Amino acid sequence: MSVKRSIHTDAIHSAIIAELEKINFILAGEVVKAFSSMKDREESALAKKTLELLGENARIAGECRIPLCQDCGSVVIFMEIGQQLVIEGDALSTAVDAAVGEAYRKFYLRKSIVRDPLRRENTGTNAPAFLHTDIVPGDALRMMILLKGGGSENMTALKMLRPTASLDDIVEYIAGHVREAGPNPCPPLFLGIGLGGTADVAMVNSKKAVFRGLGTSHPDPFYAKLEQRIMDAANETGVGPLGFGGVSTVAAVFIREAPTHIASLPVALNLNCHSLRCSEAVL
Amino acid sequence: MSPIIISAPLDEAHIASVRAGDEVLFNGTLYVARDRAHERMSAMIARGEALPFDARGQILYYMGPSPAPPGMVIGGAGPTTSSRMDPFTDVMLAAGIKCLIGKGRRGPAVRESLVSRRALYCASFGGAAAYLNRKIVSAEIIAFEDLGPEALYRLQVKDFPAVVVNDICGGDLYESAIRA
Ligand code: SF4
Repeated sequence: MSVKRSIHTDAIHSAIIAELEKINFILAGEVVKAFSSMKDREESALAKKTLELLGENARIAGECRIPLCQDCGSVVIFMEIGQQLVIEGDALSTAVDAAVGEAYRKFYLRKSIVRDPLRRENTGTNAPAFLHTDIVPGDALRMMILLKGGGSENMTALKMLRPTASLDDIVEYIAGHVREAGPNPCPPLFLGIGLGGTADVAMVNSKKAVFRGLGTSHPDPFYAKLEQRIMDAANETGVGPLGFGGVSTVAAVFIREAPTHIASLPVALNLNCHSLRCSEAVL
Repeated sequence: MSPIIISAPLDEAHIASVRAGDEVLFNGTLYVARDRAHERMSAMIARGEALPFDARGQILYYMGPSPAPPGMVIGGAGPTTSSRMDPFTDVMLAAGIKCLIGKGRRGPAVRESLVSRRALYCASFGGAAAYLNRKIVSAEIIAFEDLGPEALYRLQVKDFPAVVVNDICGGDLYESAIRA
């Protein structure tokens, strides 16, 4: 197969800076819309007020250039690299981390990454990014960037269910976890669910799931129905916006499924907070 | 119901009059500390040293801001997860702190301390960093500058919003929100 295209890491570097600037200050229109439709469904005055305040937060963040959340997150990047694409310039991870450092310095974003999990010295740049790469057909480079705050990341869960678990068991496990997490991950949540694969694949899928697109449901009606059931059950918990009580605990559910072993049914839960900062760019 | 105004130093009668679920607005001084500042302050107390500020009747806000852009007193300034401060909370309450602001649930030991030491736990609006920035009038680092976003800050705030989660009678907003 012949090489069709080449790209320089400078282009990747500038694209990452542009995306990081956008998602730290501008909340996606779909998320703002979700806040207002959830507000209409709420009966409690505090739940309504909370959702309104979150909408107001998004407006102020954009207008005054203050980050949507002071926890500007771990930078998680999924890159799909076309196998007919050659990347020239720096090492890919060097270019990515330099972009993260530049963006977090230039835009006055909080640097929350420590170099070592036990010795905990801040890197001072918010790098390294957590970079996943996949080789895919074609000659394009697709980048999916997700910022993940510590409060919501700490509510991540993985459970290896029995392969004979019923849909009821799955729904119950997930809603139970959302109830238990309660206020901590800053609901309303955009719940990413990885089903199947090996444990690691399920975890990665739970983070990738949201890139199916806000406002979409699963293309497979079977899973679309399951997403709706999970959402209804989670919203029955009463947790509500920021855990203050209400019917808006989960704003959307995104399942990403994968083939798995005959003995296994991994279920991975990524509880994205209301400050959903993700975007996609194709180079 | 219009929100209840709370200012430090808090008096006993005021603390006793608010209940879980009440909306409050803070005016005046808040002290900001998160994980590392708590670690240092509890070590100071253990060594019998004075804290960098007089804690009696004061309000502690669990927060680690993003850097102040030019022309602003502080950057994004929303609450961080309170439970990480649980191991240090009784010591801070014993030193005289009367109100804590953060986000998320507290453990059973903290909930007991709040009742026995007659103090409040409030949640502010998690993730509303830009909104809360506008409620902060001034910010100064008073200790532990080497800790960066984890330094000890003194803020002056105006109409800084929060909701009472744990009151001195054992009421718990988060618990009562959950449907059995
Ligand atoms: S969970 Fe999300 S919204 Fe809440 S503090 Fe963390 S990053 Fe911000």
